[in-house]
Amino acid sequence: MLSIKNLSVKLQEEDKQILKGVDLEVEAGKVHAIMGPNGSGKSTLSYVLSGKAGYEVTDGSATLEGVDLLGMEPEERAAAGLFLAFQYPVEIPGVGNMTFLRTAVNAQRKARGEEEMSAADFLKVIRAKAKDLKIDAEMLKRPVNMGFSGGEKKRNEILQMAMLEPKMCILDETDSGLDVDAMKLVAEGVNALRSEGRGFLVITHYQRLLDHIKPDVVHIMSDGRIVKTGGPELALEVEHNGYADILAEVA
Amino acid sequence: MAEAALSRSSATELTADRKLPDQPWARSARVEALSRLDTLGLPHRRDEYWKFTRPDTLIQMPAPSAAVFHNDEKPLFDDMDRLRIVFVDGVFDENASDDLTLEGVKIERLATAQSDLHWAKDLYGKLEAAGQTPVPRTLAAFNTAYAEDGLLIHVTDKVSKPISLIYTHESDSSDAILHHCIKLDAGTELTVLENGPAAARFNKVMEVDIGDGAAFHHVRAQGRDHERRAVTHMFARLSAESVFKSFTMTVNGKLTRNECVIELTGDDATAHVAGVCVGDGDFHHDDTVFVTHDAVGCESRQVFKKVLRNGAVGVFQGKILVKNGAQKTDGYQISQSLLLDEDSQFLAKPELEIYADDVACSHGSTSGAIDEDALFYLRARGIPQNEATNLLTLAFLAEAVEEVQSDVLKEELTSRLDAWLARHRD
Repeated sequence: MLSIKNLSVKLQEEDKQILKGVDLEVEAGKVHAIMGPNGSGKSTLSYVLSGKAGYEVTDGSATLEGVDLLGMEPEERAAAGLFLAFQYPVEIPGVGNMTFLRTAVNAQRKARGEEEMSAADFLKVIRAKAKDLKIDAEMLKRPVNMGFSGGEKKRNEILQMAMLEPKMCILDETDSGLDVDAMKLVAEGVNALRSEGRGFLVITHYQRLLDHIKPDVVHIMSDGRIVKTGGPELALEVEHNGYADILAEVA
Repeated sequence: MAEAALSRSSATELTADRKLPDQPWARSARVEALSRLDTLGLPHRRDEYWKFTRPDTLIQMPAPSAAVFHNDEKPLFDDMDRLRIVFVDGVFDENASDDLTLEGVKIERLATAQSDLHWAKDLYGKLEAAGQTPVPRTLAAFNTAYAEDGLLIHVTDKVSKPISLIYTHESDSSDAILHHCIKLDAGTELTVLENGPAAARFNKVMEVDIGDGAAFHHVRAQGRDHERRAVTHMFARLSAESVFKSFTMTVNGKLTRNECVIELTGDDATAHVAGVCVGDGDFHHDDTVFVTHDAVGCESRQVFKKVLRNGAVGVFQGKILVKNGAQKTDGYQISQSLLLDEDSQFLAKPELEIYADDVACSHGSTSGAIDEDALFYLRARGIPQNEATNLLTLAFLAEAVEEVQSDVLKEELTSRLDAWLARHRD
């Protein structure tokens, strides 16, 4: 599904190498988690994959189902099936949440040569999915993420994911700023989307999210590289001993 | 002294071949306007009040020509039930207009109102004259002196539909002057719509006297012809508990100066004035607003948004004056521009002048580019860059469009702005 080879990235503005050869293979149907200390390059990886400006790829490749991601515009990557759940979802005054989602769904359909969704169909689908995530009609009407609490913003990210039905989902610290109840709700939303054809890359600091979204594979990232890969037990090890031990062991 | 001499000579140029229309009831108003013009002189680019907008082409004779712009877009407000009154290059077109009869309101043409004791005697030129201090607006005095056509509208009772003024532009060299007077008796309500490019050069004055508890709604669309020029003045006087709401959308045009002069003279009155403009290239748009609070418990609101690209220029001069004794005033003013490139310019002069001690007034002015984080967020969801930019641009304008009361009109105006943005993509 998602195949990353020797991905090396530096900041455009300053001469600072952030990713130093990341290798990662996420298979369809699997959940991979990336853990790592602050500044290890986890968020950079998610931004580079989704096409945010400001980064320069100096080496390596990233493909989704064999298609080169790095040469595409952000909107083309989305239409190809990539989805990033933002760590900090952006507030957009003046753009209704519903309008935004419908525009996004139909833009992707159009880009893939599919028929656009009618207003009535869209309403039916979104109401059902919003209900599962406990997102009320009022939140759908409000401008995108405006006045949303931290938990509401993250639930709104998962709603977008549910509506857009991507092939590959990247969740960037989706647990940050969530209380236990909100985290459960978000995790349920994610778990409901787990399926044979869909891959997940869950980026997190803490093991607790992985209690709710059970990963198949856990990677530890440090200083721009994946330094260790293992099963779910690796996350527990981090939880108990911190990163220092693992980093010392691979150093 | 040199300044005054300069101004006077240009006034002479503008007035040289004109005659005051012969109309006994308006005679003295016209003579007085002419004397104001003579004393105060026409605007000059060295005037502080014209610092950001050069008045030359609004004054020079003959008027600069402006090609008529054709497109097949359906005229605005077309589907609405309304009383249509058409002016072609500033001249009333009887054949294209509906009968000037509507229950609850008396409508007459300025050109044919001959009665010696006309009600408009107490309004024509009066608000304009009051609006000359503290800042002269002598293009409006010039208008009062020489306007031949326009409407005199007296609202006495419930009116069933909006009065829609349609300004058609057919001649490349037209130099049009219109002067409207509108009087709303206590407790009445009226909506006035205006649309169309009007003329190669257009000088319009509207004086609106709003009685106790009356409400005046005004929605205007200044289209669309790229080379047109316009200077317009709205003078409004509000009595107790009355409401004034005015919204203007400006699309294209080489030069537009819209002045709005509002005087809140009765307690608990409300005045909202808002506008959006979108300009691409050779476009200069100036909103100059002066709101005077001279009564207790009044609310005023100014909301202006401008989208500018390819060297377009936007100007906002907005003032709230709270007179001594105008306690419990609630005054708000915001002017913002979205600059879609580095060639465009926004010049703003927000002002508050307050002589009462129990008031809440705020103002803000910003100018910025498209929010890159928001743009990336939309694109990351699959919305192409152009479409995402337009969505954010419309969202930026929405706060001002929200000031329009009617949902139908809001939607129609938004779709026009959307279409304009779609036409002006890179």
